[in-house]
Amino acid sequence: MGPARASLQAVLRGGAQWGLRGAPWFMLLILLAPVVLGVGLTVLPAFGYLPAIGGEGLTLNHFAALFAAPGLSHSVMVSMVSALVTPLLALLLVLLFLAAASGTRLESWMRRLVSPLLAIPHAAAAFGLAFLIAPSGLLMRWLSPSATGFSSPPDVLIVNDYWGLSLMLALTVKEIPFLLLMALAALPQIEADKRVNIARSLGYRRGLAWLLTVTPALYPLIRLPVYAVIAFASATVDVALIIGPNLPYTLSVQVLQWFNDPDLSLRFMAAAGALLQLGVTLSALLLWRGLEVVFALLGRRYALSGHRGRADSVLRGIGLLGVATAVLLSIGGVVALVLNSFAGFWRFPENLPRSWNLRAWENASLDLASPLANTLIIAVLATLIAIALVIAVLESEQRFQKRLSPSLILLYLPLIVPQIAFLFGIIVATEFLQWTPNIAMVIFAHLLFVLPYSFLALSEAYRRLDPRWSQLAATLGASQWQVFWKVRLPLLLAPCLTAMAVGFAVSISQYLASQLIGAGRVSTLTTEAVALASGGNRSIIAVWALLQAVLPMLGFMLALFVPRLVWRNRKGMRGSA
Amino acid sequence: MSRSLCLMLVGLFCLLPINVFSDSPDPGNWEQVVASARGQTVYFDAWAGDPQINRYIAWAAEQTQKRYGVEIVHVKLSDTAEAVSRILAEKLAGNTETGTVDLLWVNGENFATLKQNALLFGPWAEQLPNFALVDADKRPEMREDFTIAVEGLESPWTRSQLIYYFDSEILPSPPTNVHALLAWAQENPGQFTYPRPPVFLGSTFLKQVLLELVEDREPLYKPLVTEEFARITAPLWSYLDQLHPSLLRGGRSFPSSGTQMRRMMGDGEISLAISLSPAEASAGIAAGELPETVRSFVSDAGSIGNVSFLAVPFNARAKAGAMVFANFLLSAQAQLQAYRPEVMGSTTVLSMEQLSAQERAAFANVDVGSATLPPEALGKTLQEPHPDWVGALEREWVERYGAR
Amino acid sequence: MNAHQLHLKSVRIALQERQLLEIDAVIEAGEVLTVMGPSGAGKSSLLAYVAGFLAPAFTASGDILLDTELLNGLAAEHRRVGLLFQDPMLFPHLSVAGNLRFAIPADAQDKEAIVSQALASIGLQGFAKRDPDTLSGGQKSRVALQRLLLSQPKAVLLDEPFSRLDAHLRREVREFVFKRLREAGLPAIMVTHDREDAEAANGVVIAL
Repeated sequence: MGPARASLQAVLRGGAQWGLRGAPWFMLLILLAPVVLGVGLTVLPAFGYLPAIGGEGLTLNHFAALFAAPGLSHSVMVSMVSALVTPLLALLLVLLFLAAASGTRLESWMRRLVSPLLAIPHAAAAFGLAFLIAPSGLLMRWLSPSATGFSSPPDVLIVNDYWGLSLMLALTVKEIPFLLLMALAALPQIEADKRVNIARSLGYRRGLAWLLTVTPALYPLIRLPVYAVIAFASATVDVALIIGPNLPYTLSVQVLQWFNDPDLSLRFMAAAGALLQLGVTLSALLLWRGLEVVFALLGRRYALSGHRGRADSVLRGIGLLGVATAVLLSIGGVVALVLNSFAGFWRFPENLPRSWNLRAWENASLDLASPLANTLIIAVLATLIAIALVIAVLESEQRFQKRLSPSLILLYLPLIVPQIAFLFGIIVATEFLQWTPNIAMVIFAHLLFVLPYSFLALSEAYRRLDPRWSQLAATLGASQWQVFWKVRLPLLLAPCLTAMAVGFAVSISQYLASQLIGAGRVSTLTTEAVALASGGNRSIIAVWALLQAVLPMLGFMLALFVPRLVWRNRKGMRGSA
Repeated sequence: MSRSLCLMLVGLFCLLPINVFSDSPDPGNWEQVVASARGQTVYFDAWAGDPQINRYIAWAAEQTQKRYGVEIVHVKLSDTAEAVSRILAEKLAGNTETGTVDLLWVNGENFATLKQNALLFGPWAEQLPNFALVDADKRPEMREDFTIAVEGLESPWTRSQLIYYFDSEILPSPPTNVHALLAWAQENPGQFTYPRPPVFLGSTFLKQVLLELVEDREPLYKPLVTEEFARITAPLWSYLDQLHPSLLRGGRSFPSSGTQMRRMMGDGEISLAISLSPAEASAGIAAGELPETVRSFVSDAGSIGNVSFLAVPFNARAKAGAMVFANFLLSAQAQLQAYRPEVMGSTTVLSMEQLSAQERAAFANVDVGSATLPPEALGKTLQEPHPDWVGALEREWVERYGAR
Repeated sequence: MNAHQLHLKSVRIALQERQLLEIDAVIEAGEVLTVMGPSGAGKSSLLAYVAGFLAPAFTASGDILLDTELLNGLAAEHRRVGLLFQDPMLFPHLSVAGNLRFAIPADAQDKEAIVSQALASIGLQGFAKRDPDTLSGGQKSRVALQRLLLSQPKAVLLDEPFSRLDAHLRREVREFVFKRLREAGLPAIMVTHDREDAEAANGVVIAL
């Protein structure tokens, strides 16, 4: 080894060190720049400035037109209500469930059951639920005619209903596993068992003891996921397209329709609508913040009142029943998808199809190659880039011991700001720059969502890894890089893989980012599935929804089994995921 | 001296884009078109809500790749308006050469928008070798799209006509015009619905009702006079006001496409449905989506019909490839394939007289299924109104029923 | 064995404005300096300061001299100061041999032989491929100490090293550790709550 090589190594190490120092800022830049720029480029047309299509001056006319649009107030209301009801219901049920089941066998059983449910993309879950609860859906078929007396589907509006109830149901069912897993991940930090035991020794029943002592400590830890749920519920496009109201649409879908209208002047209104959507989402978050304060106050007052509560078993029952229903609906949805995907002609109210066939699967297999390849390329690359960056940021935090947390909270911005509010601006920019939509742009757009979720999934494990491991390794003479490669990374293999599985699933479930940024040219499983939704052929929709759900499941399974395989002879590494 | 030099340079730069444009293929020189098409990738933007049509496009793409070395990528739209909006935006952004759309399935209002804004390449369609098979001289509807002259800017590829289909087991004698439809619906509430405008099929239904109700159809074939709109369309709205409470879901929700309506028919939610494809019922039976007792009919007042076209945007990159594909879709082989009910069940745009005896026989031998209306049963075709009316009707519909 | 000397020259550690401790001590080869005191007295901070990873919330001053070398400002991995925690802290992802190899300096020759010799010296022949989680408590402690010695430290820090052990194991491990440290001629600082530990160390005791 000559001095040249040594100095090269020094330079490389120095470069890596600087890269690591810069990683948090780089990550914030690539996450914030598109959002801020995109919102900025949406604000201008909203006020009439978009020279490319003749908007030169500033005006409020487009907002006036927006507010005069038929059905707008209802659209706004549905978006708003769904933004509040969905998280409220999901959170309440999750808390009640944990109060009832925390520390029991039911909890670990449920944890195993809901993890795969989390992997099902929103669109696929919405299709499944629609197939289950529609007037001609699986439930009605199974209950008819014996229980209901219907020989033809009842003429009731369930899916796509005016008030968005089925939309809220779909979102609640989908978010319960998400919040449940987030809560389960946070619980060990706050020593829930000790808290409950103390309260019980003071004469509180178990459920109430949990609610009064654990919730106040737990909630701050899952606040961010709850906010993400609120933002998603207020502005989702794909779920609303599938199961949401369509007379009128929810605000986000309506805005998308205006944006795609050949009458380009409607783009001004679409921009104004996108800003309104941003306003609706932020208002929902503010209102929620208000609810937090009220609940905290009420909770504290109740705790201080000394009441031991009599409704304990009722509350626990609601929690168990609610979460069990959500899980059953999700599973039922998957069953409905599977049945429909093989169904031949299936007359109502027959319980099962008259004939079975592989037609829809064969049909899909012919069209599958390119969307599948696109989906995989996008998801794999976005996941790899995201995990590398996330690890770099967390490692940087460890190494320079700079708690960036306050500013790192900003990296969740893409999850809070409605997608349409900034994707529009980005589209306008790419059209202006005459960039041909390509897969790289779509990957970048996916990163905006894959990165924050991967960070959310990994940061806790990374930060909580016992610092003595790295101190020990250092005293044994290992450099910081050796510590990273030989100690920290192997010890965190399982959480890293889980974070990758989360990122992978997030990428696969993206609709708007693929559809808008890819200008329809970059077809993915999700864009195909949603495009087919307008067709309404149940077998084919079912096949695509299942395909869309299978990939993330595989991801989660790999994340589960790879560590087991690698550490099969290492007892101390088990259960570290 | 230097000033004239400047002017010359400016002049040269002005000429440059023209040189670039001269790369556009000359549709008159077909051999050269085919030659320059080889190796191109054509982005074909087409509505993708019907899996059968998607499969057909995939088949045609495969054939074109094999024969001409042109790759066709089906960009799946849920609404053709998306593509029109994109092309317009590209033009306004000054993108004259690297458009994202090479070929577009289009007609009516969207074609009018494209033509009006000079967003189309051409004329080219009548130079296609297979255009002769259309026999446009005898069939003027091939040169007119919703009353707008096509002028060679788009090539016909399929035709459609509004038909009703019904389950003959449940509904032995269906209502055969809009008046009978209303009476029947009121006696049998919840048995009928139509796709929500501006979904194409839904808008077509509005026009059908309007054409059947108005006494004087003449104004509908002329550009819209705004002041006249309320008076002329009044019968339509009063008709719908009466019809809607008797529709499925009491008219509070409408299917989002014809395929979704077909599924409702298969589930027995409705017993009467509409379609733009005379072979819809047979195709549905063949696909196992409809019971075998489904049959079709058209309104005895005549039914609205139109031709779907393919257009090439002005800034398409693969114009030659797009033309080659359009020409293939006009071939007897491609049209025959589309004609088969198990494939797409589409009515051909070709004139049987222009085909060889063998090709004619091939068409005659296709078993269109007992649920398909033969051409002679399709009755009188009502021409599409001027495209102005479509947008106005859709807006009014949304205003009245789209958002209460 | 080389004899080393560790010199803490008026070391002061403070948390924010509050001074936690002040120590001035010379620890000769084979000696153990015992620091005792209640929780929060800054015992662990002292070890962290000497080892080179004091949290930024603390401020510290005073020189740490190992033989003639000033350790202040040196990265932890270059200080040659070994550390034993309460727990044996065997890397769970490595085998027993892997744990030992981790500590051997990169330029050492024939690491295989060093490992098997080391295992033999603590009575664990044939344990090379074992999962560390399958060892008994005493075995783990011995591997941990052997690992520390293989990294060729010049001084050792003991952070309540016996507090997690059962009473009967405790004496055995304690004797083993002190014996090996003495043999190796290493100066050591031990932090503990336990009187017996302090007595067994048989050196200077500082009570905070």
